[in-house]
Amino acid sequence: MTVDKENALTYGCHTISSGSIDGQALISPEPVCFYMIDIDSGKINEKSHALYGQSITDKILVLPSGKGSSVVQDEGLFGLKQKHTGPMGIIVKSPDTVLVAGAIVMGYPLFDRVNKGFYDAVENDDHVSIDGEEERIYLLKK
Amino acid sequence: MVLNDEEQRMLGGEFGDGTAEAMKLQVAIGEAFDAERMVAITRAHVSLAHYPSDVWYCGKLAAGGARCRVKPTCNPLYDIDYLESIGIRDSANEAELLRTLRQTFLKLGIILTYSCTPEIQSNVPRFGEIVAFAESSATPYVNAVCGARSNRESAKSALAAAITGRAPLYGYLLDENRHGDVLIQVETPIEDDFDYHLLGYAASKKMGSGVPVFTGMPRHPSPEELVSFGAQLATGGSVGMYHIVGVTPEAPDLATACGGRTPERKLTLTNRDLRETKTLLSQGKGDFEFVMLGCPHYSIGQVAEVAELLDGKKIRPEISFWVLTSPTTRDLAARMGYLDIIQQAGGHIIGGTCADISCWYGLYSGKVGVTDSVKAAYYTPRMDMNFQLKRRSECIEIALKGGQA
Repeated sequence: MTVDKENALTYGCHTISSGSIDGQALISPEPVCFYMIDIDSGKINEKSHALYGQSITDKILVLPSGKGSSVVQDEGLFGLKQKHTGPMGIIVKSPDTVLVAGAIVMGYPLFDRVNKGFYDAVENDDHVSIDGEEERIYLLKK
Repeated sequence: MVLNDEEQRMLGGEFGDGTAEAMKLQVAIGEAFDAERMVAITRAHVSLAHYPSDVWYCGKLAAGGARCRVKPTCNPLYDIDYLESIGIRDSANEAELLRTLRQTFLKLGIILTYSCTPEIQSNVPRFGEIVAFAESSATPYVNAVCGARSNRESAKSALAAAITGRAPLYGYLLDENRHGDVLIQVETPIEDDFDYHLLGYAASKKMGSGVPVFTGMPRHPSPEELVSFGAQLATGGSVGMYHIVGVTPEAPDLATACGGRTPERKLTLTNRDLRETKTLLSQGKGDFEFVMLGCPHYSIGQVAEVAELLDGKKIRPEISFWVLTSPTTRDLAARMGYLDIIQQAGGHIIGGTCADISCWYGLYSGKVGVTDSVKAAYYTPRMDMNFQLKRRSECIEIALKGGQA
């Protein structure tokens, strides 16, 4: 799947952990702790979470921020990587060191400082393509 | 990011591949946060455990010859020897893994404190000191209460900092990022460490990102209460720095805490938020089969309170009773007679052991227990180990009389 860049909405971003990715958006209205995701199914298993029961596998996750302990966030990211059930990449509004270090060490593409309009425009299942070198996000509405 | 000569040499591999790998991670983090340069650190705490990702990363750096320039204290794993001594076998089959990891820690130059509360015992920074602390029970405390400067390091980034003796200059290391931007007015009485647990979780869940400034809080909180508070602020959200007006050193008054600016947001927390947190995180049904206290690790004062409540009494035989603390505090408890009292009552004090760690899952998955720790109750249900949240005195009451959820 490649995005038709001519017709896509385009936004600048900042690359934290590089990669060029292409997939469907999944928006989390609240922070995510990757340890609270079942690594076999890729589904969020934190009962009080807005995305409880939804799979993050191969999605481009759009998050306000990471959350949770310095021990387990990495462990979640690592387990998901081993089982190939993790997100394709992550777009985050407020990056924290725990999430950033985890993404860099485990090799998840991670982006922040996206132009504001993106967050107003993006919806679940929209097609998102990110060029980490160019620091550009292409958004094609579903 | 500008590196000095020595940092360049570390990155270039002159001090070995392990040090180069550590510096590479730190440069990437520094660039992510637009750090202009590195600064020296004088303390570190690593929250590494025997999780696969930590074993892999530590092994890789140790094999690359890395050795910590600043020797860090470390988090609890679990005391497998003690468990075996009381007849609990190594059901997770991890004796070899724990032994190997201990050797790796020693090779890296990590101090084997096995405690998640170094900030009140083994690794206490001074005001203004630049440090690299991982562990949610510790980082908010060293920033907010000690007035030291640490980012909310991950286990791996803190190890990298200990190895290089440097940290990228960004975030909570800079004045402008330490100022409060969310005002939280507490409109409910806060009486003991359990209330601080509930308040910390509720506040961080409600506020999202930012540096909270609390008003309406008690003026003389104990170290244990502040340890509990910080741990939960970093569990419900990702708070690494906070202020309590009139209590923490960078908040003599509201204006100073906020750096002269008006807070961007204002929230109020009431007794309802605390009650909701307690209900939300209490899980599991059935007869209580275990009591677990000490997440974060209990101090000697908290151990003394437990001993006082158990003195001369007997815990119900169907209930396992655990107090988790640092190995140092356990030694102290033995010297002071608390260990005897708790053992006489039928309970255990286990040193250097975490509440959310593999040795417990085989024992308590599918069961329900009680704890006074929001953090334990939040994390362990992923392994189907469930807790009802209660105050310490209520937990002990249940240990003595039994009960059900």
